[in-house]
Parts: sequence; C-alpha cells; structure tokens
Amino acid sequence: MNLNTEKCAAEFRGVSFTYNKGIAYEKKAVRSVSLKIYGGCVTGLIGSTGSGKSTLIKMLNGLVKPDEGEVIVDGTNIWDKKVKIRDVRFKVGLVMQYPEYQLFDETVSEDIAFGPKNMGISGDELKRRVAEAAKFSGLDPDLLEKSPFDISGGQKRRAALAGVIAMTPSLLVLDEPAAGLDPAGRREILGRIKNYQRESGNSVVIVSHSMEDVAKYCDRLAVMNKGEIVLYDETDRVFSHGEELRDMGLDVPEITKVAEELARLGVDVGNDVYTVKYAAERLIEKYGLGK
Amino acid sequence: MNFDVAFGQYCEGDSILHRLDPRAKIIMSLLYIVDVFLAKNVFAFALLTSFTVAMAVLSRIKPRILLRGLKPVIFIMIFTGVINVFWYRGAEGAKPLVDWWIFTIYPAGILNAVLIVLRVVLLIAGTSLILTYTTTPLALTDGLERLLSPLAKIKVPVHEFSLMMTIALRFIPTLIEETGKIMDAQKARGASFSEGSLVKRAKALIPVLVPLFASSFRRADELAVAMECRCYRGGKGRTRMNVLKATFKDFAGVIVIILLGVSLVLLNKYTDAFALGF
Repeated sequence: MNLNTEKCAAEFRGVSFTYNKGIAYEKKAVRSVSLKIYGGCVTGLIGSTGSGKSTLIKMLNGLVKPDEGEVIVDGTNIWDKKVKIRDVRFKVGLVMQYPEYQLFDETVSEDIAFGPKNMGISGDELKRRVAEAAKFSGLDPDLLEKSPFDISGGQKRRAALAGVIAMTPSLLVLDEPAAGLDPAGRREILGRIKNYQRESGNSVVIVSHSMEDVAKYCDRLAVMNKGEIVLYDETDRVFSHGEELRDMGLDVPEITKVAEELARLGVDVGNDVYTVKYAAERLIEKYGLGK
Repeated sequence: MNFDVAFGQYCEGDSILHRLDPRAKIIMSLLYIVDVFLAKNVFAFALLTSFTVAMAVLSRIKPRILLRGLKPVIFIMIFTGVINVFWYRGAEGAKPLVDWWIFTIYPAGILNAVLIVLRVVLLIAGTSLILTYTTTPLALTDGLERLLSPLAKIKVPVHEFSLMMTIALRFIPTLIEETGKIMDAQKARGASFSEGSLVKRAKALIPVLVPLFASSFRRADELAVAMECRCYRGGKGRTRMNVLKATFKDFAGVIVIILLGVSLVLLNKYTDAFALGF
C-alpha cells in the first residue's frame, strides 16, 4: 500500500451542520468535524444510520454548506467567493445513494455524457470519456444505445457510476455504492471502484454499512458517531477497537471476531486482523503452521 | 433547495381547535370565508380580527409559525395594497393626500388598502387555524368523505375521490424529498437550475422531472400491489377504525361562526365608520 499522506485530497476544518435550524425539528447532523482525506487511497466512512455520514460527504462538493468551518478541496476553501461551486463539483464526483433513480436521458450513453457535457466537453473527447467510463464501470458496449429504463437494476447502478466517472473527478465519493445489490454485484462494483482508484491514482471515499466491504476495499477508515468522527486510522487499527465499534451499534468483520475468539482461547493473532488472508499470514508468521 | 411551502402543515397540539370534529371544522372554515367577505367597515373588521386572534390564542400555535404561513402570499398582499392605494378615492370631493405627477393618493385609499390587505391576512390565517394547522390531512379527507357521502347516492365516487386525496396528501412530503435528492444528484453532475435564460432553466428541469415521474409511477404500482395484497376492493362495505362522532362542541363551533357572521352584518349596518369602497 503506497499511502501518500503528503497529498491531501480534501479536508474538513471544524465543520458543523444543523438541519432545520431554528424550528422545532432542529437536528445537529455534523458537529465540528475535522478530517483530512488523503490522496491516492480508498477511505471508508462508516457509522450507524443517522450518524451524519451522508451530510458530511455532501459537504465535499458543496451540496450542503456547513454552518461553521471550512471545506478545503485542492488547497482552496470551496466557499471562497472566488470559487465557482460548479467547478468543485467536477473535481469531487459524488455518487448518491441508489443513483440508478437519477438516470433520465434517452440512451445510456447520453446519460453518461450529461456530466462531461456540463463541463463543456464535446466531440471526440466526449465520446472517448463515455466509452472509457462505461468500460471502467463494466457496462457492455451494446447497452450504451439502450434506454436507461430498459436495463436491469445492477446495470443501471453501473450506468449511474459511469456518469460520474466520466467527469474524471480527482476525488470520487460514493454513498453506499453496493446497497441493495446481491453479493456478486457487490463484489463486482466495489472491485471496479478499487480498480478505478488504482489505475487513475485518484482518491476515493466510500460510505458503507458493511464492515466486510470496507475491510476488503478501504485503506483508511473514518468512524462517525452522532455527528462526530470518533476514529480515523488505517483499517486494521480501526478494527482493533472492536468494543467501541460495537458500542456505537457497528460491528467488526467476521474474521476479526474469529481472531478475538481465538485470543480468548489463548491463540493470539492480534485483534487487528480484518481479512482472511491477513489472518492466515499472521497465523503462519506466529506459529509456522503453513507447510 | 428550500421548500418553505406551508402545505398541509399540521402542527401537533391538543387544543380545543385540534379536538373538533373535522366535519365541523370544514363547515366552520367555509362559513369563516363567507364571514371574512361580509366584514365591510372598520368595526366589523375589528371584531373579525379579534375573533381570529382569539382562535390563534386558543390553538396555542406559535405566532411565528402563523406568520411563516403568510410568507407565500406576501407578493399578493403588496400588490393588492399598492393597487388600492392608488385606485380608490373615497367620497366625491375628497382632498388628495399626495398629488404628484400621475400619482394621487387619497386618505380613503390608504385605509381601503389596509382593510383589503387585512382581509387577505385574516382569510389565510383563519382558515389555516381552523383547518390545516389543527387537522391532520387524514382527518381532513376523512371528514370530507363523510360530508360528501350523500353524493354517493347519485353515483358520485366519493370514497374513491377521498382515497385519491389521502394518497396525494400522503405523497407530497415524499415527492418533495425525492425532488431534493434528484436535484442534488444532478447538481453533483454539474446541472445548474439558477443560471441562464428562462428556456435554459426550463430545459434544466428535464433531468429532474423524468426520474421524478418514473419513480412516481413505480411508487403508484407498488402501492397498488400492497393494497391488493391486503384485499382492498373499494369503498363498499368498508368499516372504519375511527368513527367520527359529532358532539355538542362541534355544533357550538359552527354556531359561533354563524353568529360571527350575523354580528358582522349588524356592525356593517348599524355602526357609522369608514367602510370598504367595494
């Protein structure tokens, strides 16, 4: 893992946000969060329902304006008067929850072209981007001329993902990209996102509920609880806080539970294993049971 | 995007206004509208205003919420106010207050404008106090269905209409939320809804409207299936969980509004004060 901690893709500086400020249903969604999202890696954002994850990531591209604090993208405060918020949205590509419901154009390829067209791209460059984005998200070329309402759910999800990737954002943010997909679909879409990160060298933020998914695909993890970031570290270190995670209504991956159980039985492989492969390596390293 | 629409904004509470039978409240608000237009002179307006204020106090709804409900009609209020200031002269031979270029303002004009604007304010505040703020949308359609049920005898599908209304009301917040989500998603792809010419802005709505329609149809389909699964077959032979029962206080409420109207007519007739010009 070559983690480029020097390069910072985006940063929150003490941001807060309250919904329905001033009326009866006031709700503090984000409470003075400071967080640096590093470049060239996949960052996972986990937290129980209502912990403020979605609000926080909507701040990254200016869909939500923080009441307090600053959001820094590419070294500039996105709410600076000189910054056009649309330009920020081209740099930070946001794929919302259930993005398949935002498809609207007559054909899949035209829908994918919507973002780049808004950026002012046309002609061959536009075609190239659409084709490339479709390839990245695993869309069959012969689907491109179909109506987005005639393709299957999983294909719609990929088309919506392609629509954001086609803008080549330097930071790709996805809100539960695998929600509602079957296991094969989950693996496929998350694998493609990871692949996109590796090949393009851009940064990715994934919001998820699934501990298995973030364990497998994320280099760093941020844990949110009641509007605050409570843990932010490399994935293995975050999962070594099993007790705290469970207190917040979250969990650890199954293999971490196995490791915890093993430790209780006297076989200490460490409480920070989070993938099966890693657990096996640890066991071999410690007890030499490999051969 | 801000949705400040005070549509069906029910304010939870347990005041006498909240507890009235929805049928009584529908009749009361209709009569109240008549009352508002009956008021002609300053004394009548004073009575009507104090009556409405008394209702506001009784309902225990915060004044701030009431004022917010007036926000959408501010433009209409200003417009009618300004028009009336310039157009009404009052009695023949009255002296103008201002006479400059094409603008002539008479004292009667100002008073007239004030009363007209007051009429709009009372109309909205009063009806929302009796109906929308204190009645749940469900109780409202329920009451309407019962009030209109005699029409079922002449083959008017009253139950179906009220069901359609209930469903429509139920889905307004859902659709507002959905619209917000889709707009956010398209904004994230660089769509802009507040720039460019009118045609350009109208075109910018296509990426919002198409998914919104698609999801509405999907929802309608799902709802129909869910209703069929629970053996819904229309209004015939359906019983209700909450049967509306009119009590003394419901009749009293209607009578109070009628009495208000009578007193307004009497005040118009027997007191001598400035009256609306038309």
